[in-house]
Amino acid sequence: MTDLIRKSAAEMAAGLAAGEFSARELTDAHLERIEAVDSDLNAFITVTADDARATADAVDSARAAGKQLAPLAGVPVAVKDIAVTRGVQTTAGSTMLEGWVPPYDATLVTHLKQARLPILGKTNMDEFAMGSSTETSAYGITRNPWNLDRIPGGSGGGSSAAVAGFEAPLAIGTDTGGSIRQPASVTGTVGVKPTYGSVSRYGLIAMASSLDQAGPCTRTVEDAALLHDVIGGYDPKDSTSIRDGFGDFVAAARSKDVKGLRVGVIEQLEHDDFDPLVRARFEESLALLEEAGAEIVRVSCPNFEYALGAYYLIMPSEASSNLAKFDGMRFGLRVIPEDNPTAERVMAATRGEGFGAEVKRRILLGTYALSSGYYDAYYGSAQKVRTLVQRDFAAAYEKVDVLASPTAPTVAFPLGQKVDNPMTMYLNDIATIPANLAGVPGMSLPSGLAEDGLPAGIQFLAPALGDDRLYRVGGALEALLEHKWGGPILAQAPALEGGAR
Amino acid sequence: MSSEEVARLASLARIQLTDEELTRFAGEFDAILTAVASVSEVASDDVPATSHPIAMTNVFRADEVTRTLTQEEALAGAPEAADGRFVVPQILGEE
Repeated sequence: MTDLIRKSAAEMAAGLAAGEFSARELTDAHLERIEAVDSDLNAFITVTADDARATADAVDSARAAGKQLAPLAGVPVAVKDIAVTRGVQTTAGSTMLEGWVPPYDATLVTHLKQARLPILGKTNMDEFAMGSSTETSAYGITRNPWNLDRIPGGSGGGSSAAVAGFEAPLAIGTDTGGSIRQPASVTGTVGVKPTYGSVSRYGLIAMASSLDQAGPCTRTVEDAALLHDVIGGYDPKDSTSIRDGFGDFVAAARSKDVKGLRVGVIEQLEHDDFDPLVRARFEESLALLEEAGAEIVRVSCPNFEYALGAYYLIMPSEASSNLAKFDGMRFGLRVIPEDNPTAERVMAATRGEGFGAEVKRRILLGTYALSSGYYDAYYGSAQKVRTLVQRDFAAAYEKVDVLASPTAPTVAFPLGQKVDNPMTMYLNDIATIPANLAGVPGMSLPSGLAEDGLPAGIQFLAPALGDDRLYRVGGALEALLEHKWGGPILAQAPALEGGAR
Repeated sequence: MSSEEVARLASLARIQLTDEELTRFAGEFDAILTAVASVSEVASDDVPATSHPIAMTNVFRADEVTRTLTQEEALAGAPEAADGRFVVPQILGEE
Protein backbone atom coordinates (compact mmCIF):
# COMPACT_ATOMS: atom_id res chain seq x y z
CA MET A 1 0.00 0.00 0.00
CA THR A 2 1.33 3.41 -0.86
CA ASP A 3 1.54 6.01 1.87
CA LEU A 4 -0.42 8.38 -0.34
CA ILE A 5 -3.80 6.72 0.23
CA ARG A 6 -3.28 6.53 4.00
CA LYS A 7 -3.18 10.31 4.34
CA SER A 8 -6.18 12.28 5.51
CA ALA A 9 -8.01 14.35 2.90
CA ALA A 10 -6.64 17.49 4.56
CA GLU A 11 -3.08 16.13 4.19
CA MET A 12 -3.78 15.19 0.57
CA ALA A 13 -5.03 18.72 -0.14
CA ALA A 14 -1.91 20.19 1.49
CA GLY A 15 0.36 17.87 -0.51
CA LEU A 16 -1.37 18.85 -3.76
CA ALA A 17 -1.07 22.56 -2.96
CA ALA A 18 2.64 22.13 -2.13
CA GLY A 19 3.24 20.19 -5.35
CA GLU A 20 4.45 17.06 -3.53
CA PHE A 21 2.29 14.92 -5.81
CA SER A 22 -0.26 15.53 -8.54
CA ALA A 23 -4.01 15.03 -8.48
CA ARG A 24 -3.51 12.44 -11.21
CA GLU A 25 -1.04 10.46 -9.06
CA LEU A 26 -3.41 10.66 -6.11
CA THR A 27 -6.39 9.54 -8.17
CA ASP A 28 -4.44 6.72 -9.81
CA ALA A 29 -3.27 5.51 -6.39
CA HIS A 30 -6.89 5.19 -5.28
CA LEU A 31 -8.00 3.53 -8.51
CA GLU A 32 -5.16 1.00 -8.08
CA ARG A 33 -6.29 0.36 -4.52
CA ILE A 34 -9.86 -0.23 -5.72
CA GLU A 35 -8.52 -2.59 -8.38
CA ALA A 36 -6.57 -4.48 -5.71
CA VAL A 37 -9.07 -4.80 -2.86
CA ASP A 38 -12.60 -4.18 -4.12
CA SER A 39 -13.02 -7.82 -5.12
CA ASP A 40 -12.82 -8.44 -1.35
CA LEU A 41 -14.94 -5.49 -0.20
CA ASN A 42 -17.42 -4.88 -3.05
CA ALA A 43 -17.76 -1.29 -1.86
CA PHE A 44 -18.41 0.02 -5.38
CA ILE A 45 -21.27 -0.72 -7.76
CA THR A 46 -19.72 1.43 -10.50
CA VAL A 47 -16.14 2.73 -10.83
CA THR A 48 -15.77 5.84 -13.00
CA ALA A 49 -12.02 5.74 -13.57
CA ASP A 50 -11.94 7.78 -16.79
CA ASP A 51 -14.06 10.60 -15.39
CA ALA A 52 -11.96 10.68 -12.20
CA ARG A 53 -8.70 10.86 -14.18
CA ALA A 54 -10.08 13.60 -16.42
CA THR A 55 -11.04 15.72 -13.39
CA ALA A 56 -7.63 15.10 -11.82
CA ASP A 57 -5.83 16.13 -15.01
CA ALA A 58 -7.93 19.30 -15.20
CA VAL A 59 -6.98 20.13 -11.61
CA ASP A 60 -3.29 19.61 -12.35
CA SER A 61 -3.50 21.84 -15.43
CA ALA A 62 -5.37 24.54 -13.54
CA ARG A 63 -2.85 24.45 -10.73
CA ALA A 64 0.05 24.64 -13.17
CA ALA A 65 -1.59 27.68 -14.76
CA GLY A 66 -1.77 29.35 -11.34
CA LYS A 67 -5.57 29.27 -11.13
CA GLN A 68 -7.39 29.57 -7.81
CA LEU A 69 -8.70 26.16 -6.69
CA ALA A 70 -11.14 25.00 -4.02
CA PRO A 71 -9.46 23.54 -0.88
CA LEU A 72 -10.32 19.92 -1.78
CA ALA A 73 -9.71 20.22 -5.55
CA GLY A 74 -8.02 17.03 -6.73
CA VAL A 75 -8.88 14.98 -3.62
CA PRO A 76 -10.93 11.95 -4.74
CA VAL A 77 -14.41 11.18 -3.44
CA ALA A 78 -16.86 8.27 -3.70
CA VAL A 79 -20.60 8.86 -3.96
CA LYS A 80 -23.36 6.63 -2.58
CA ASP A 81 -25.35 5.21 -5.48
CA ILE A 82 -28.47 7.02 -4.27
CA ALA A 83 -27.31 10.41 -5.61
CA VAL A 84 -28.08 10.73 -9.31
CA THR A 85 -25.14 11.35 -11.61
CA ARG A 86 -25.58 12.62 -15.15
CA GLY A 87 -24.40 10.02 -17.65
CA VAL A 88 -23.43 7.47 -14.98
CA GLN A 89 -25.65 4.54 -13.98
CA THR A 90 -27.49 5.16 -10.69
CA THR A 91 -29.16 2.12 -9.12
CA ALA A 92 -29.98 2.87 -5.46
CA GLY A 93 -28.90 -0.75 -4.94
CA SER A 94 -32.02 -2.00 -6.74
CA THR A 95 -32.76 -4.20 -9.73
CA MET A 96 -35.51 -1.65 -10.46
CA LEU A 97 -32.88 0.85 -11.66
CA GLU A 98 -30.28 -1.47 -13.17
CA GLY A 99 -28.80 0.30 -16.17
CA TRP A 100 -30.66 3.56 -15.52
CA VAL A 101 -28.55 6.54 -16.61
CA PRO A 102 -29.88 9.80 -15.11
CA PRO A 103 -30.09 12.90 -17.31
CA TYR A 104 -29.07 15.26 -14.49
CA ASP A 105 -26.83 15.61 -11.43
CA ALA A 106 -27.92 15.81 -7.80
CA THR A 107 -27.08 19.24 -6.39
CA LEU A 108 -24.41 17.79 -4.10
CA VAL A 109 -22.79 16.10 -7.12
CA THR A 110 -22.79 19.47 -8.91
CA HIS A 111 -21.02 20.94 -5.85
CA LEU A 112 -18.39 18.15 -5.95
CA LYS A 113 -17.81 18.77 -9.64
CA GLN A 114 -17.58 22.55 -9.20
CA ALA A 115 -15.00 22.08 -6.44
CA ARG A 116 -13.25 19.59 -8.78
CA LEU A 117 -13.11 16.52 -6.59
CA PRO A 118 -12.43 13.50 -8.85
CA ILE A 119 -15.42 11.15 -8.42
CA LEU A 120 -14.09 7.59 -8.19
CA GLY A 121 -17.45 5.89 -8.53
CA LYS A 122 -20.77 4.98 -6.96
CA THR A 123 -20.87 3.01 -3.73
CA ASN A 124 -22.96 0.02 -2.73
CA MET A 125 -25.90 0.37 -0.36
CA ASP A 126 -28.95 -1.38 0.98
CA GLU A 127 -31.70 -1.32 -1.65
CA PHE A 128 -33.23 2.18 -1.68
CA ALA A 129 -31.25 2.76 1.57
CA MET A 130 -33.45 0.31 3.47
CA GLY A 131 -31.28 -1.67 5.85
CA SER A 132 -28.50 -1.52 8.42
CA SER A 133 -26.05 -3.96 6.87
CA THR A 134 -25.84 -3.42 3.06
CA GLU A 135 -27.08 -7.01 2.70
CA THR A 136 -30.26 -6.00 0.83
CA SER A 137 -28.38 -4.60 -2.19
CA ALA A 138 -29.16 -6.24 -5.52
CA TYR A 139 -25.44 -5.87 -6.35
CA GLY A 140 -24.01 -8.18 -3.71
CA ILE A 141 -23.03 -7.66 -0.09
CA THR A 142 -20.27 -5.29 0.99
CA ARG A 143 -17.73 -6.56 3.51
CA ASN A 144 -16.19 -4.77 6.48
CA PRO A 145 -12.45 -4.04 6.00
CA TRP A 146 -11.86 -4.90 9.69
CA ASN A 147 -13.23 -8.41 9.19
CA LEU A 148 -14.50 -9.66 5.84
CA ASP A 149 -17.13 -11.83 7.53
CA ARG A 150 -18.77 -8.83 9.19
CA ILE A 151 -21.25 -6.23 7.96
CA PRO A 152 -19.96 -2.73 7.05
CA GLY A 153 -23.15 -1.17 8.43
CA GLY A 154 -25.96 0.20 6.37
CA SER A 155 -27.47 1.53 4.42
CA GLY A 156 -24.24 3.27 3.41
CA GLY A 157 -21.95 0.28 3.84
CA GLY A 158 -20.24 0.88 0.49
CA SER A 159 -19.20 4.40 1.48
CA SER A 160 -18.01 3.36 4.95
CA ALA A 161 -16.07 0.35 3.62
CA ALA A 162 -14.47 2.43 0.84
CA VAL A 163 -13.26 5.02 3.36
CA ALA A 164 -12.14 2.47 5.99
CA GLY A 165 -10.46 0.34 3.30
CA PHE A 166 -8.48 3.32 1.91
CA GLU A 167 -10.23 3.10 -1.45
CA ALA A 168 -11.35 6.72 -1.02
CA PRO A 169 -10.47 9.40 1.55
CA LEU A 170 -13.94 10.91 1.31
CA ALA A 171 -17.40 9.60 0.54
CA ILE A 172 -20.98 10.80 0.47
CA GLY A 173 -23.66 9.08 2.52
CA THR A 174 -27.33 9.65 3.28
CA ASP A 175 -28.88 9.24 6.70
CA THR A 176 -32.61 8.63 7.18
CA GLY A 177 -32.38 6.76 10.50
CA GLY A 178 -28.63 6.30 10.94
CA SER A 179 -27.32 5.23 7.53
CA ILE A 180 -24.25 7.49 7.76
CA ARG A 181 -23.57 7.20 11.50
CA GLN A 182 -24.03 3.45 12.09
CA PRO A 183 -21.74 2.43 9.16
CA ALA A 184 -19.14 4.88 10.51
CA SER A 185 -19.46 3.33 13.96
CA VAL A 186 -18.83 -0.24 12.79
CA THR A 187 -15.94 0.62 10.45
CA GLY A 188 -13.91 2.93 12.70
CA THR A 189 -14.65 6.01 10.58
CA VAL A 190 -16.37 9.39 10.96
CA GLY A 191 -19.88 10.12 9.69
CA VAL A 192 -21.98 13.25 9.97
CA LYS A 193 -25.70 13.72 9.47
CA PRO A 194 -26.10 17.49 9.08
CA THR A 195 -29.09 19.54 10.22
CA TYR A 196 -32.12 18.63 8.10
CA GLY A 197 -32.30 20.92 5.08
CA SER A 198 -28.67 22.07 5.17
CA VAL A 199 -27.50 19.75 2.36
CA SER A 200 -29.80 19.72 -0.67
CA ARG A 201 -31.92 16.62 -1.25
CA TYR A 202 -32.35 17.49 -4.94
CA GLY A 203 -31.32 14.46 -6.95
CA LEU A 204 -31.15 12.06 -4.00
CA ILE A 205 -33.48 9.13 -4.61
CA ALA A 206 -35.92 9.67 -1.76
CA MET A 207 -36.80 7.13 0.90
CA ALA A 208 -38.51 9.29 3.57
CA SER A 209 -38.39 12.93 2.55
CA SER A 210 -38.93 14.41 6.02
CA LEU A 211 -36.03 12.34 7.43
CA ASP A 212 -33.46 11.98 4.61
CA GLN A 213 -30.27 14.01 4.84
CA ALA A 214 -26.94 13.64 3.00
CA GLY A 215 -23.59 14.11 4.68
CA PRO A 216 -19.86 13.30 4.77
CA CYS A 217 -18.19 9.91 5.44
CA THR A 218 -14.48 10.32 6.23
CA ARG A 219 -11.57 9.08 8.37
CA THR A 220 -11.10 12.28 10.38
CA VAL A 221 -13.35 14.95 11.87
CA GLU A 222 -11.52 17.71 10.01
CA ASP A 223 -12.05 15.90 6.69
CA ALA A 224 -15.77 15.69 7.43
CA ALA A 225 -15.84 19.44 8.02
CA LEU A 226 -14.01 20.09 4.74
CA LEU A 227 -16.42 17.90 2.77
CA HIS A 228 -19.46 19.34 4.58
CA ASP A 229 -18.36 22.79 3.40
CA VAL A 230 -18.36 21.58 -0.21
CA ILE A 231 -21.80 19.92 -0.25
CA GLY A 232 -23.80 22.17 2.08
CA GLY A 233 -25.71 25.34 1.28
CA TYR A 234 -29.06 26.69 0.24
CA ASP A 235 -30.58 25.19 -2.91
CA PRO A 236 -33.69 26.67 -4.52
CA LYS A 237 -34.34 23.26 -6.10
CA ASP A 238 -35.07 21.75 -2.67
CA SER A 239 -38.10 23.38 -1.03
CA THR A 240 -36.95 22.18 2.41
CA SER A 241 -33.50 23.70 1.99
CA ILE A 242 -32.49 26.11 4.75
CA ARG A 243 -30.61 29.38 4.36
CA ASP A 244 -28.56 29.42 7.55
CA GLY A 245 -26.74 27.06 9.86
CA PHE A 246 -23.46 27.09 8.03
CA GLY A 247 -20.90 27.91 10.69
CA ASP A 248 -17.17 27.53 10.27
CA PHE A 249 -16.99 23.75 10.57
CA VAL A 250 -13.28 23.48 9.74
CA ALA A 251 -12.28 26.01 12.38
CA ALA A 252 -14.49 24.21 14.91
CA ALA A 253 -12.87 20.87 14.05
CA ARG A 254 -9.41 22.37 14.51
CA SER A 255 -10.15 24.22 17.76
CA LYS A 256 -9.60 21.11 19.98
CA ASP A 257 -11.14 23.05 22.83
CA VAL A 258 -13.94 21.67 24.99
CA LYS A 259 -13.37 23.76 28.11
CA GLY A 260 -16.75 24.57 29.61
CA LEU A 261 -18.63 22.51 27.01
CA ARG A 262 -21.63 20.82 28.61
CA VAL A 263 -22.09 17.24 27.35
CA GLY A 264 -25.38 15.53 28.20
CA VAL A 265 -25.50 11.74 28.44
CA ILE A 266 -28.91 10.44 27.40
CA GLU A 267 -30.14 8.18 30.21
CA GLN A 268 -32.56 6.35 27.93
CA LEU A 269 -29.65 5.16 25.77
CA GLU A 270 -27.61 3.66 28.60
CA HIS A 271 -29.49 0.40 28.92
CA ASP A 272 -28.46 -3.21 28.49
CA ASP A 273 -29.16 -3.39 24.76
CA PHE A 274 -25.72 -1.84 24.37
CA ASP A 275 -22.84 -4.30 24.61
CA PRO A 276 -20.58 -3.96 27.68
CA LEU A 277 -17.39 -3.02 25.81
CA VAL A 278 -19.27 -0.56 23.57
CA ARG A 279 -20.45 1.12 26.76
CA ALA A 280 -16.98 0.94 28.31
CA ARG A 281 -15.39 2.76 25.32
CA PHE A 282 -18.19 5.33 25.55
CA GLU A 283 -17.55 5.97 29.26
CA GLU A 284 -13.79 6.26 28.65
CA SER A 285 -14.42 8.82 25.93
CA LEU A 286 -16.56 10.87 28.29
CA ALA A 287 -13.84 10.68 30.95
CA LEU A 288 -11.29 12.07 28.47
CA LEU A 289 -13.59 14.96 27.62
CA GLU A 290 -14.12 15.66 31.30
CA GLU A 291 -10.37 15.73 31.93
CA ALA A 292 -10.08 18.23 29.07
CA GLY A 293 -12.51 20.56 30.76
CA ALA A 294 -15.94 19.49 29.53
CA GLU A 295 -18.77 19.08 31.98
CA ILE A 296 -20.60 15.73 31.81
CA VAL A 297 -24.21 15.64 32.99
CA ARG A 298 -27.02 13.09 32.78
CA VAL A 299 -30.15 14.16 30.94
CA SER A 300 -33.47 12.41 30.51
CA CYS A 301 -35.27 12.15 27.17
CA PRO A 302 -38.23 9.98 28.22
CA ASN A 303 -39.95 9.90 24.82
CA PHE A 304 -36.92 8.43 23.06
CA GLU A 305 -38.39 5.06 24.08
CA TYR A 306 -41.11 5.64 21.51
CA ALA A 307 -38.83 6.98 18.79
CA LEU A 308 -38.13 3.61 17.17
CA GLY A 309 -41.85 2.88 16.88
CA ALA A 310 -42.57 6.32 15.45
CA TYR A 311 -39.72 5.97 12.97
CA TYR A 312 -40.87 2.56 11.72
CA LEU A 313 -44.28 4.07 10.99
CA ILE A 314 -43.28 7.43 9.48
CA MET A 315 -40.43 6.09 7.35
CA PRO A 316 -42.42 3.27 5.65
CA SER A 317 -45.37 5.62 5.16
CA GLU A 318 -43.26 8.17 3.32
CA ALA A 319 -41.38 5.44 1.45
CA SER A 320 -44.61 3.82 0.24
CA SER A 321 -45.52 7.14 -1.35
CA ASN A 322 -42.04 8.02 -2.67
CA LEU A 323 -41.51 4.63 -4.28
CA ALA A 324 -44.82 4.76 -6.14
CA LYS A 325 -42.93 6.33 -9.05
CA PHE A 326 -41.15 3.06 -9.75
CA ASP A 327 -43.96 1.64 -11.85
CA GLY A 328 -42.26 0.61 -15.08
CA MET A 329 -43.83 3.41 -17.09
CA ARG A 330 -41.31 6.22 -17.57
CA PHE A 331 -37.92 4.89 -16.48
CA GLY A 332 -36.27 1.86 -14.96
CA LEU A 333 -37.36 -1.75 -15.17
CA ARG A 334 -40.54 -2.81 -17.01
CA VAL A 335 -41.77 -6.40 -16.67
CA ILE A 336 -44.53 -7.45 -19.04
CA PRO A 337 -46.62 -10.40 -17.83
CA GLU A 338 -47.63 -12.87 -20.54
CA ASP A 339 -51.28 -12.88 -19.66
CA ASN A 340 -53.29 -9.68 -20.32
CA PRO A 341 -50.48 -7.11 -19.92
CA THR A 342 -52.53 -4.04 -18.98
CA ALA A 343 -50.78 -1.07 -17.35
CA GLU A 344 -51.90 -2.07 -13.89
CA ARG A 345 -50.66 -5.62 -14.30
CA VAL A 346 -47.37 -4.41 -15.76
CA MET A 347 -46.91 -2.19 -12.70
CA ALA A 348 -47.56 -5.05 -10.27
CA ALA A 349 -45.27 -7.44 -12.16
CA THR A 350 -42.52 -4.80 -12.41
CA ARG A 351 -42.68 -3.96 -8.71
CA GLY A 352 -42.91 -7.63 -7.75
CA GLU A 353 -39.75 -8.43 -9.65
CA GLY A 354 -37.85 -5.14 -9.31
CA PHE A 355 -38.10 -4.72 -5.53
CA GLY A 356 -36.39 -6.93 -2.95
CA ALA A 357 -37.99 -8.25 0.24
CA GLU A 358 -37.13 -5.35 2.55
CA VAL A 359 -38.42 -2.73 0.12
CA LYS A 360 -41.69 -4.65 -0.33
CA ARG A 361 -41.97 -5.03 3.43
CA ARG A 362 -41.66 -1.29 4.04
CA ILE A 363 -43.99 -0.27 1.20
CA LEU A 364 -46.65 -2.66 2.52
CA LEU A 365 -46.20 -1.47 6.12
CA GLY A 366 -46.50 2.13 4.94
CA THR A 367 -49.59 1.31 2.89
CA TYR A 368 -51.10 -0.26 6.00
CA ALA A 369 -50.20 2.63 8.33
CA LEU A 370 -51.73 5.15 5.92
CA SER A 371 -54.87 3.18 5.13
CA SER A 372 -58.23 4.41 6.36
CA GLY A 373 -59.16 3.09 9.78
CA TYR A 374 -55.51 2.77 10.87
CA TYR A 375 -54.19 6.23 9.99
CA ASP A 376 -54.94 7.91 13.34
CA ALA A 377 -53.69 5.03 15.47
CA TYR A 378 -50.45 4.57 13.56
CA TYR A 379 -49.29 7.47 11.39
CA GLY A 380 -51.13 10.13 13.41
CA SER A 381 -49.73 8.85 16.71
CA ALA A 382 -46.23 8.60 15.24
CA GLN A 383 -46.36 12.26 14.23
CA LYS A 384 -47.30 13.18 17.79
CA VAL A 385 -44.35 11.20 19.12
CA ARG A 386 -42.23 13.24 16.75
CA THR A 387 -43.39 16.37 18.59
CA LEU A 388 -42.59 14.74 21.95
CA VAL A 389 -39.09 13.77 20.81
CA GLN A 390 -38.49 17.34 19.64
CA ARG A 391 -39.63 18.61 23.06
CA ASP A 392 -37.22 16.20 24.79
CA PHE A 393 -34.38 17.60 22.68
CA ALA A 394 -35.42 21.19 23.38
CA ALA A 395 -35.52 20.55 27.14
CA ALA A 396 -32.14 18.80 27.05
CA TYR A 397 -30.47 21.60 25.10
CA GLU A 398 -31.54 24.07 27.76
CA LYS A 399 -29.16 22.24 30.08
CA VAL A 400 -26.36 21.11 27.75
CA ASP A 401 -24.56 22.09 24.53
CA VAL A 402 -24.36 18.62 22.99
CA LEU A 403 -25.80 15.19 23.74
CA ALA A 404 -23.87 11.91 23.66
CA SER A 405 -24.58 8.19 23.39
CA PRO A 406 -22.98 5.14 21.85
CA THR A 407 -23.80 5.25 18.11
CA ALA A 408 -24.93 1.63 17.77
CA PRO A 409 -25.65 -1.09 20.33
CA THR A 410 -22.97 -3.48 19.04
CA VAL A 411 -19.84 -3.71 16.93
CA ALA A 412 -20.18 -5.03 13.36
CA PHE A 413 -22.23 -8.23 13.51
CA PRO A 414 -21.59 -11.28 11.31
CA LEU A 415 -22.98 -11.23 7.77
CA GLY A 416 -26.30 -13.07 7.61
CA GLN A 417 -27.00 -12.86 11.34
CA LYS A 418 -29.94 -10.44 11.26
CA VAL A 419 -30.98 -10.15 7.63
CA ASP A 420 -33.89 -12.59 8.02
CA ASN A 421 -35.23 -11.00 11.20
CA PRO A 422 -36.45 -7.48 10.42
CA MET A 423 -37.26 -6.43 13.98
CA THR A 424 -33.77 -7.38 15.22
CA MET A 425 -32.26 -5.42 12.33
CA TYR A 426 -34.42 -2.37 13.11
CA LEU A 427 -33.08 -2.22 16.69
CA ASN A 428 -29.64 -1.23 15.33
CA ASP A 429 -31.07 2.24 14.80
CA ILE A 430 -32.23 2.83 18.36
CA ALA A 431 -29.70 5.57 19.16
CA THR A 432 -29.56 7.25 15.76
CA ILE A 433 -33.27 7.63 14.94
CA PRO A 434 -34.21 10.46 17.37
CA ALA A 435 -31.97 12.93 15.47
CA ASN A 436 -33.79 12.23 12.20
CA LEU A 437 -37.23 12.61 13.78
CA ALA A 438 -36.20 16.02 15.17
CA GLY A 439 -34.03 17.16 12.24
CA VAL A 440 -31.02 17.82 14.50
CA PRO A 441 -27.44 17.11 13.42
CA GLY A 442 -25.41 14.10 14.61
CA MET A 443 -21.88 12.78 14.29
CA SER A 444 -20.32 9.38 14.92
CA LEU A 445 -16.61 8.94 15.49
CA PRO A 446 -14.55 5.98 16.73
CA SER A 447 -14.47 5.47 20.52
CA GLY A 448 -12.09 2.49 20.50
CA LEU A 449 -12.03 -1.25 19.97
CA ALA A 450 -14.76 -3.26 21.68
CA GLU A 451 -16.17 -6.80 21.32
CA ASP A 452 -14.05 -9.07 19.09
CA GLY A 453 -11.44 -6.32 18.65
CA LEU A 454 -13.77 -4.37 16.36
CA PRO A 455 -14.40 -0.61 16.44
CA ALA A 456 -17.25 1.04 18.32
CA GLY A 457 -18.58 4.56 17.86
CA ILE A 458 -19.63 7.48 20.02
CA GLN A 459 -22.39 9.75 18.78
CA PHE A 460 -22.78 13.45 19.47
CA LEU A 461 -25.99 15.36 18.76
CA ALA A 462 -26.46 19.14 18.66
CA PRO A 463 -29.44 21.48 18.26
CA ALA A 464 -30.65 22.25 14.74
CA LEU A 465 -28.16 24.60 13.00
CA GLY A 466 -25.56 23.74 15.66
CA ASP A 467 -23.47 21.44 13.46
CA ASP A 468 -20.33 23.39 14.39
CA ARG A 469 -20.66 22.10 17.96
CA LEU A 470 -20.30 18.53 16.66
CA TYR A 471 -17.07 19.43 14.92
CA ARG A 472 -15.77 21.14 18.04
CA VAL A 473 -16.40 18.23 20.41
CA GLY A 474 -15.62 15.58 17.77
CA GLY A 475 -12.30 17.15 16.80
CA ALA A 476 -11.26 17.45 20.43
CA LEU A 477 -12.20 13.89 21.37
CA GLU A 478 -10.52 12.46 18.27
CA ALA A 479 -7.25 14.20 19.22
CA LEU A 480 -7.46 12.93 22.81
CA LEU A 481 -8.19 9.36 21.72
CA GLU A 482 -5.50 9.30 19.03
CA HIS A 483 -3.00 10.55 21.58
CA LYS A 484 -3.99 7.64 23.83
CA TRP A 485 -3.87 5.08 20.98
CA GLY A 486 -0.65 6.47 19.50
CA GLY A 487 -2.30 7.08 16.11
CA PRO A 488 -5.56 6.75 14.21
CA ILE A 489 -7.77 3.76 15.00
CA LEU A 490 -7.50 2.49 11.40
CA ALA A 491 -3.79 1.89 12.00
CA GLN A 492 -4.99 -1.02 14.16
CA ALA A 493 -7.08 -2.57 11.38
CA PRO A 494 -5.69 -5.68 9.72
CA ALA A 495 -3.90 -5.04 6.43
CA LEU A 496 -6.08 -5.61 3.41
CA GLU A 497 -3.99 -7.01 0.60
CA GLY A 498 -6.66 -8.08 -1.85
CA GLY A 499 -7.33 -11.48 -3.30
CA ALA A 500 -8.80 -12.90 -0.10
CA ARG A 501 -11.92 -13.77 -2.04
CA MET B 1 -52.39 -10.23 10.14
CA SER B 2 -53.58 -12.82 7.66
CA SER B 3 -52.02 -13.47 4.28
CA GLU B 4 -55.34 -12.28 2.76
CA GLU B 5 -54.82 -8.90 4.41
CA VAL B 6 -51.25 -8.75 3.09
CA ALA B 7 -52.60 -9.59 -0.38
CA ARG B 8 -55.02 -6.66 -0.13
CA LEU B 9 -52.19 -4.29 0.82
CA ALA B 10 -50.06 -5.64 -2.03
CA SER B 11 -52.90 -5.00 -4.43
CA LEU B 12 -53.25 -1.40 -3.17
CA ALA B 13 -49.48 -0.90 -3.54
CA ARG B 14 -49.41 -2.63 -6.97
CA ILE B 15 -46.88 -5.26 -5.97
CA GLN B 16 -47.27 -8.81 -7.20
CA LEU B 17 -46.29 -11.21 -4.41
CA THR B 18 -45.72 -14.95 -4.38
CA ASP B 19 -47.66 -17.16 -1.95
CA GLU B 20 -44.45 -17.66 -0.04
CA GLU B 21 -43.99 -13.89 0.35
CA LEU B 22 -47.61 -13.46 1.49
CA THR B 23 -47.17 -16.00 4.27
CA ARG B 24 -43.79 -14.68 5.32
CA PHE B 25 -44.85 -11.03 5.48
CA ALA B 26 -48.06 -11.88 7.38
CA GLY B 27 -45.99 -13.45 10.16
CA GLU B 28 -43.44 -10.64 10.27
CA PHE B 29 -45.99 -7.82 10.25
CA ASP B 30 -47.60 -9.03 13.46
CA ALA B 31 -44.28 -8.70 15.28
CA ILE B 32 -43.44 -5.33 13.73
CA LEU B 33 -46.89 -3.82 14.32
CA THR B 34 -46.89 -4.98 17.94
CA ALA B 35 -43.51 -3.27 18.43
CA VAL B 36 -44.55 0.04 16.85
CA ALA B 37 -48.03 0.17 18.44
CA SER B 38 -46.44 1.60 21.61
CA VAL B 39 -46.63 5.06 19.99
CA SER B 40 -50.32 5.29 20.87
CA GLU B 41 -49.46 5.12 24.61
CA VAL B 42 -48.16 8.71 24.65
CA ALA B 43 -49.96 10.20 21.64
CA SER B 44 -52.66 11.98 23.61
CA ASP B 45 -55.13 14.51 22.18
CA ASP B 46 -53.25 17.52 23.54
CA VAL B 47 -50.05 16.73 21.60
CA PRO B 48 -49.89 18.38 18.15
CA ALA B 49 -48.58 16.35 15.22
CA THR B 50 -45.25 17.20 13.56
CA SER B 51 -44.94 16.39 9.87
CA HIS B 52 -41.66 18.14 9.24
CA PRO B 53 -38.57 18.61 11.44
CA ILE B 54 -37.75 22.22 10.52
CA ALA B 55 -41.05 24.09 10.23
CA MET B 56 -41.50 26.16 7.07
CA THR B 57 -44.46 27.79 5.41
CA ASN B 58 -45.07 29.01 1.87
CA VAL B 59 -41.82 28.18 0.14
CA PHE B 60 -42.00 29.83 -3.27
CA ARG B 61 -39.57 30.43 -6.07
CA ALA B 62 -39.55 33.18 -8.65
CA ASP B 63 -41.67 32.39 -11.70
CA GLU B 64 -38.84 32.49 -14.21
CA VAL B 65 -38.01 30.41 -17.24
CA THR B 66 -34.99 28.19 -16.55
CA ARG B 67 -33.34 25.30 -18.33
CA THR B 68 -35.21 22.01 -18.01
CA LEU B 69 -34.58 18.59 -19.47
CA THR B 70 -35.03 18.34 -23.21
CA GLN B 71 -37.67 15.95 -24.52
CA GLU B 72 -34.88 13.64 -25.63
CA GLU B 73 -33.28 13.65 -22.16
CA ALA B 74 -36.60 13.05 -20.43
CA LEU B 75 -37.32 10.06 -22.64
CA ALA B 76 -33.80 8.62 -22.57
CA GLY B 77 -34.53 6.25 -19.68
CA ALA B 78 -37.99 5.17 -20.84
CA PRO B 79 -38.64 1.44 -21.22
CA GLU B 80 -40.34 2.33 -24.51
CA ALA B 81 -40.77 5.65 -26.33
CA ALA B 82 -42.04 6.74 -29.74
CA ASP B 83 -42.69 10.07 -31.45
CA GLY B 84 -41.48 12.04 -28.44
CA ARG B 85 -43.80 10.24 -26.03
CA PHE B 86 -43.68 7.49 -23.42
CA VAL B 87 -45.22 4.28 -24.71
CA VAL B 88 -47.22 2.60 -21.94
CA PRO B 89 -49.30 -0.57 -21.86
CA GLN B 90 -53.04 -0.46 -22.40
CA ILE B 91 -54.76 1.67 -19.75
CA LEU B 92 -58.31 2.20 -21.00
CA GLY B 93 -60.67 -0.72 -21.27
CA GLU B 94 -59.33 -2.46 -18.20
CA GLU B 95 -61.73 -4.28 -15.95
